[in-house]
Amino acid sequence: MKKSALFAAICVPAFLAAAPLAAKTLVYCSEGSPENFFAGINTTGTTFDVTGQIYSRVVDFERGGTQVVPGLAEKWTVSPDGLVYTFNLRKGVKWHSNKNFKPTRDMNADDIIFTLERQWKQEHPFFKVTSSNHTYFDDMGMPKLLKSIEKVDDYTLKITLNQPEAPFLSDLAMEWAAIQSKEYADAMLKAGSPEKVDQEPIGTGPFYLLQYQKDAVVRFKAFDQYYGGKAKIDDLVFSITPDPSVRWAKLQKGECHVMPYPNPADLDAMKKDPNVTIMEQAGLNVGYLAYNTTKKPFDDVRVRKAFNMAINKKAIIDSVYLSTGVAATNPIPPSMWSYNETVKDDAYNPEAAKKLLAEAGVSNLETDIWAMPVQRPYNPNAKRIAELMQADLAKIGVKAEIKSFEWGEYRKRLQAGEHQTGMIGWTGDNGDPDNFLHTLLGCDAAKSGGNTAKWCHKPFDDLVVKAKVTTDQKQRTELYKQAQVIFKEQAPWFTIAHAVQLKPVRKEVVDFKLSPFGRHTFYGVDIKGK
Amino acid sequence: MLRFILTRVSLIIPTFIGITLLTFFLIRLVPGDPIETMAGERGIDPARHELLRKEYGFDRPILVQYGIYIARVLQGDLSKSVITQAPVLDEFLALFPATIELAVCAILFALVIGLPAGILAAVRRNSIFDHGVMGISLAGYSMPIFWWGLILILLFSVQFDLTPVSGRIDVLYYIEPVTGFLLIDSLFFSEDEGAFRSALAHLILPTIVLGTVPLAVIARMTRSAMLEVLGEDYIRTAKAKGLSRFRIIALHALRNALIPVVTVIGLQVGVLFTGAILTETIFSWPGVGKWLIEAIFRRDYPVLQGGVLLLGIVVMTVNLLVDLAYGLINPRIRHTR
Amino acid sequence: MTAETMDAPAVAAPTATPPHPLREFWGYFSANHGAVAGLVVIVAVVLVALLADVLAPHSPYLTDTTIALKPPFWQEGGSFTYPLGTDPIGRDILSRLIYGARLSLLIGIMVVAISIMVGTVLGLVSGFFRGIIEIFIMRLMDVILTLPSLLLAIVIVAILGPGLMNSMLAVALIIMPHYVRLARAAVISETSKDYVTAARVSGAGTLRLMFREVLPNCTAPLIVQASLGISTAILDAAALGFLGLGAQPPSPEWGTMLADAREFVLRAWWVVTFPGLAILITVLAFNLLGDGLRDAFDPKLKR
Repeated sequence: MKKSALFAAICVPAFLAAAPLAAKTLVYCSEGSPENFFAGINTTGTTFDVTGQIYSRVVDFERGGTQVVPGLAEKWTVSPDGLVYTFNLRKGVKWHSNKNFKPTRDMNADDIIFTLERQWKQEHPFFKVTSSNHTYFDDMGMPKLLKSIEKVDDYTLKITLNQPEAPFLSDLAMEWAAIQSKEYADAMLKAGSPEKVDQEPIGTGPFYLLQYQKDAVVRFKAFDQYYGGKAKIDDLVFSITPDPSVRWAKLQKGECHVMPYPNPADLDAMKKDPNVTIMEQAGLNVGYLAYNTTKKPFDDVRVRKAFNMAINKKAIIDSVYLSTGVAATNPIPPSMWSYNETVKDDAYNPEAAKKLLAEAGVSNLETDIWAMPVQRPYNPNAKRIAELMQADLAKIGVKAEIKSFEWGEYRKRLQAGEHQTGMIGWTGDNGDPDNFLHTLLGCDAAKSGGNTAKWCHKPFDDLVVKAKVTTDQKQRTELYKQAQVIFKEQAPWFTIAHAVQLKPVRKEVVDFKLSPFGRHTFYGVDIKGK
Repeated sequence: MLRFILTRVSLIIPTFIGITLLTFFLIRLVPGDPIETMAGERGIDPARHELLRKEYGFDRPILVQYGIYIARVLQGDLSKSVITQAPVLDEFLALFPATIELAVCAILFALVIGLPAGILAAVRRNSIFDHGVMGISLAGYSMPIFWWGLILILLFSVQFDLTPVSGRIDVLYYIEPVTGFLLIDSLFFSEDEGAFRSALAHLILPTIVLGTVPLAVIARMTRSAMLEVLGEDYIRTAKAKGLSRFRIIALHALRNALIPVVTVIGLQVGVLFTGAILTETIFSWPGVGKWLIEAIFRRDYPVLQGGVLLLGIVVMTVNLLVDLAYGLINPRIRHTR
Repeated sequence: MTAETMDAPAVAAPTATPPHPLREFWGYFSANHGAVAGLVVIVAVVLVALLADVLAPHSPYLTDTTIALKPPFWQEGGSFTYPLGTDPIGRDILSRLIYGARLSLLIGIMVVAISIMVGTVLGLVSGFFRGIIEIFIMRLMDVILTLPSLLLAIVIVAILGPGLMNSMLAVALIIMPHYVRLARAAVISETSKDYVTAARVSGAGTLRLMFREVLPNCTAPLIVQASLGISTAILDAAALGFLGLGAQPPSPEWGTMLADAREFVLRAWWVVTFPGLAILITVLAFNLLGDGLRDAFDPKLKR
């Protein structure tokens, strides 16, 4: 009797936990809550993953690529001087509706003007609504770039720039330019609750928002009247699951179908699971340890080289990145054009390192290793890497102390050059080597902060500055290749790794594509019945 | 009587002011600011940084900031989160039911097991059962619950696959919050039968983890209170009158022993919130504990200030109610203190 | 025929005279098996901590990625070289636990020492001077007690920066109110007694009264509270470590070890199981000891 009661007590929860079945529902185990539903003031992928489903943009990136394709604009023309862009907008694009708002008209030029001007013009009634921190709009240089935005007619829009800017169209395909409804905004302003526009979003995207519960769930439904045709799935659910091991457990049980940022420790198990495919793509990033070249003894290239040889890179990749990273030799990732394959990395050799240190006249060196307190896309665990480096350096007689600060503080102090050696990294967003080599290693950046090695080396700087103003890609490639050779000789960084984007996806998911920008787009994705 | 209540209520006012002062100024001492933290590797242009600080009012003298803050708090405005831009009070109210649901279940769990265990231990004093209960409850009291949670997940969710790993309910159930308490919402406002079961299954492990320490405290407290009461004269009288053992324990002893036990439960509220912070972190439970931890890591001052203040008010209110109830039951206290 | 046997009758002989207070105390204490067990464990932990250099088979900091995540010896793939297995970067878990004992004891003792010293002084001051000082101190303690303690500790660590020393200060602050209240209550009840009045009449200064007359009379409850306080301190510091705010890696603090290895929980159960077990056993021992001390100091409760 007792035994069966015990048995029942154990079994009941298992029965309770059984999940219900629902038709054509795709569950994505996301890593966190969206900050809000106004893409213009946010910078995190977590938020963009949500706004990306709800809103459309004037132009889009092709799914799974970086090519710009038509969005709300069917076609466009650019004037020969590159200053005037004329967009022909799509007709009959419908807005979502919710309990407070029923749209009376289709999307038109007014909505696009509204979206751009609320981030641009300080006197705009919506400039300060929710927040005036329009990060990307400012970072992309829009305030200086834009001259005027004119409505020619409801479906024709003319944007004039102050100077030519080749990546302008790509900028408009970014998440910050998600088009919001002017009619909705006007209605909410009249009702005295303008911030509703950014909390209860109305868009023209393939999915509309059904429910959002902070830290628990974001629920979408396919929008029947989406201009590209209804999505193949009916329901899209983001199950907010911050812990990567838990995301994996849920994926394994089939409680979700796609998950981002797997825990490197779980990858072996994932590869063995017959129900799961791991999608993989090289990321546009680099993680590194910057030597402060203005401080003794790191002003001596021999000391920097000695450190490069003393640290066992392979051990770091194997035990911290596992299969989520590839060892970095150059400051730019291998997938980027102009990557110099002939550059050889400094081989791990503690003996040679010791000798080199002695040659430089350095003994009993005490230094520090800064490790950021947070996980970054290019560095899964800076503190653990620091521990490994510390142990490696001890073997050549260098005593290193691990230091860390609160993340905002950390970057600020690092850029101010308070460190001797410090870990940091970079994620590029326009795919140009200039975005790495000049932004992170140029002399200008040594002054402004981005160059955390504080490394201003004339021969290198001349090359990258010249490449910046050159238009011929072949010539630029040559210049950047030379620059990488100098970089390795001078060793301002210990290049650690380029992180790889890994996405475990269940087998029943059809046609999910990885985005080079790390976004998750679920329009076009289908799910097979069991 | 009214005077007693008034004095008690007036006593919490300085504590309230103290909490606002402490949270406000302590949080200002935390290095780093949300704008920097959000900026990431890219950093932020100093001019724009200045502009934003102005917008949030961070540039004013700190005393002025405090004055503005208090004035707003008294009007029920706890200002906006720097990260999400949503009003702090709205976020708190959206998340608090999850914490309450968990806390109430944990207390119920602790009572249902702790009370009988404590009573039996007292009745069978010095028996093996008594020693067992006391030993186990001391172990429960010594439990690092963040570890306990991990071990339970490892055992019941991973090894035996009996319970869900995290969250409040299976995400496939769409439940519009009515009360915010998922057990109630899923039972009464959802046609889907499985929803309630799913909500219940998700509650099991977090309840055990959060209930462990209160369970230990209640069992120990019940035992010692019962022992005290059982030694009193009136119990001996009852025994002498030949009342049955069960009646003595159930009617006379228990009623009197419960007073200190209830007090202890009331005073466990603060401890419970501390436990909730860890439990919610382990189980990804969408409550206020996890919310506050995140606020610290993101340097979200308004959320931290408002959240701590609101939790402080909840704890104070519960303590006050316990205090008043105690005073009502036990008139001696009313007059002596 | 050694000294031991000679001693035995000497102990038993003076039954007529009342037993020495310490001996009486030991009599009560040793009757409590739990308390004795707690004491034994604590002595063992102290010995382990003191002899860590001798006992630990490996260095707690030496990393070797080729032997990462080896299971304990009784599982397949484990060996006696690493009896409790290795962590994600190949450090011996047993050695780290052994060195971690030092840290946990240090945390427990330092935290309690700080909060007893500061807390007792504050309590004595508010008990003696009453008035505005008392109100101020006691209200502040109320505030600290009202806020969820871990949250307050986290805020303080956020201010001071994560680290072993800072987390100790934070925990010391959150357990302080108990000592303040205890000391104040003792002062108030003692000052009304005759011997204090007598001392005061004979011209003893306040300071002298505080430390020479009153303090010794409230040591018993303070000792009990201290023993229980050590367990709270170890638990809270470990919780901070678990949240990544306590001692920083590579320090082998038990809570930090747990947090550091948490992501491997699904793959290697031992990396989280043993540090937690170490915390549980140590804390339990201090609680047993505290219980035993309380009963021994207050025999009336024993009945």
